[in-house]
Amino acid sequence: MYSEKVMDHFMNPRNQGEITDADGVGEVGNPTCGDIMRIFITVKNNIITDVKFQTFGCGAAVASSSMATELIKGKTLEEAWEVSNKAVAEALEGLPPIKMHCSVLAEDGIHQAINDYRIKHGLEPWEEKPGHHHGHDEETCEA
Amino acid sequence: MANEKSIYMDHSATTATDPEVLNAMLPWFSQRYGNPSSLYKLARESKKAIDDARLKVAKAIGANPEEIFFTSGGTESDNWALIGTSFGLQKKGKHIITSCIEHHAIQHTCDYLKKLGFSITILPVDESGRVRPDDLKSVITDETILVSIMFANNEIGTIQPIKEIGKICRDRGILFHTDAVQAIGNVPIDVKDMDIDMLSLSAHKFYGPKGVGALYIRKGIRIDNYIHGGGQERRKRAGTENVPGIVGLGVAIEKAIKGLSENSARISSIRDHLLDRILSDIPNTRLNGHRTERLPGNINVSFEFIEGESLLLLLDHAGISASTGSACSSGSLEPSHVLLAIGLPAEVAHGSLRLTLGHENTEEDNEYVFKEIKKAVERLRAMSPLYSDYQKKRL
Repeated sequence: MYSEKVMDHFMNPRNQGEITDADGVGEVGNPTCGDIMRIFITVKNNIITDVKFQTFGCGAAVASSSMATELIKGKTLEEAWEVSNKAVAEALEGLPPIKMHCSVLAEDGIHQAINDYRIKHGLEPWEEKPGHHHGHDEETCEA
Repeated sequence: MANEKSIYMDHSATTATDPEVLNAMLPWFSQRYGNPSSLYKLARESKKAIDDARLKVAKAIGANPEEIFFTSGGTESDNWALIGTSFGLQKKGKHIITSCIEHHAIQHTCDYLKKLGFSITILPVDESGRVRPDDLKSVITDETILVSIMFANNEIGTIQPIKEIGKICRDRGILFHTDAVQAIGNVPIDVKDMDIDMLSLSAHKFYGPKGVGALYIRKGIRIDNYIHGGGQERRKRAGTENVPGIVGLGVAIEKAIKGLSENSARISSIRDHLLDRILSDIPNTRLNGHRTERLPGNINVSFEFIEGESLLLLLDHAGISASTGSACSSGSLEPSHVLLAIGLPAEVAHGSLRLTLGHENTEEDNEYVFKEIKKAVERLRAMSPLYSDYQKKRL
């Protein structure tokens, strides 16, 4: 059901853990739906120099978190903001349709972490692009 | 590299066909292939094989052979029992009672009947997953024509107070159907003693082949046909009989009943050792279902702070086949309706693991399985934000 890449990131997650003095933290998902992602970033000179994640969720959720952290590490905040859920899913060599929402959660998690950093630094949070879908409808757990 | 070890602990999903069963089936494919409905000797042999199997199934549940009808499996039996009696009795009433922990073969059939104008009452269960007989009494009306309550649950293994339920229905003159797919071969069943009017069973759950099952219909019950066509099964279930499958079902059920007390004692003892070990040595773990009124091979536990599909993937990597009630493994996004019905919060339902032990499992398997479960749970907790929060609160 999962690609080799998904299994690799699930079995050997990259950047798993916590940054206790993170500059920005994003948390998305909810336990009722069976997935929560927390993304921690360290930012120096507008560049994400370190990133870690904690995830409660299925194999695809763990792999999406792991891949997302790899994709944004070393990037500027502007570049990281542009990493889409599709980019995460493609880097994982695809996700089953029902698991696509896991990659959406990863994108949301990155955005939240970046905006958390911006708010803490007195900057305006960036707005989601029109047509952006959140990882979950609060009521139904549907992607 | 995946581990070479292979331990199967998903016997409620299906079982390996017993070699003795398979051998009994083989001649009925290419050598003795006659259509039981034909007249010549080759056909009469097939007919006799079916009658022999029918007798074995009848004996296994305390029924008469003319009360046994072969089907394609548990799902067809459930559909037939519900739809056939609802249509047959709709002039008498249109009310059906079932429980909230039934298999989808019952639940979705009830949904269908509801669309057709039948009214369905869904009984709740207690925290161990048992229907309260008093609840049943209180919802029966003059319109009630059928009660369908499963014998034992496929997820949490809870065994229902079937005899009590049967008596309540019989006293009120209401038909009682039970889906006994998980119970056959694990729990002694006597349809006469338990006042059961209809019972569904499926061969592949007790070391028989897939694609064959039976419906017991007590003599004299009014039930419409469900599969229409030729005159097979005394004009009640059309379609050329699955002779090899039916032969396999007969041998499998006979073996299952013969070895029932010995096997269930052995398997439940192994199960108890593994279960006790998990509950005592892995913190923040709970048992789902009843401690004693439970199928002999069933373990269903929830590990807090983790999600079940990830756990299955790690166990699979270690060569262990198991199952979960987490949404993420099932293709739907809702966690198991059974785990929610016994009062589990959704996040705890997501962290459930079902191990169903059977013939191949041994005490020696336990040590390995326990160690791998503990390792996997610890690994997933180490990456869980919920566990991280929980640890911080404890400090």
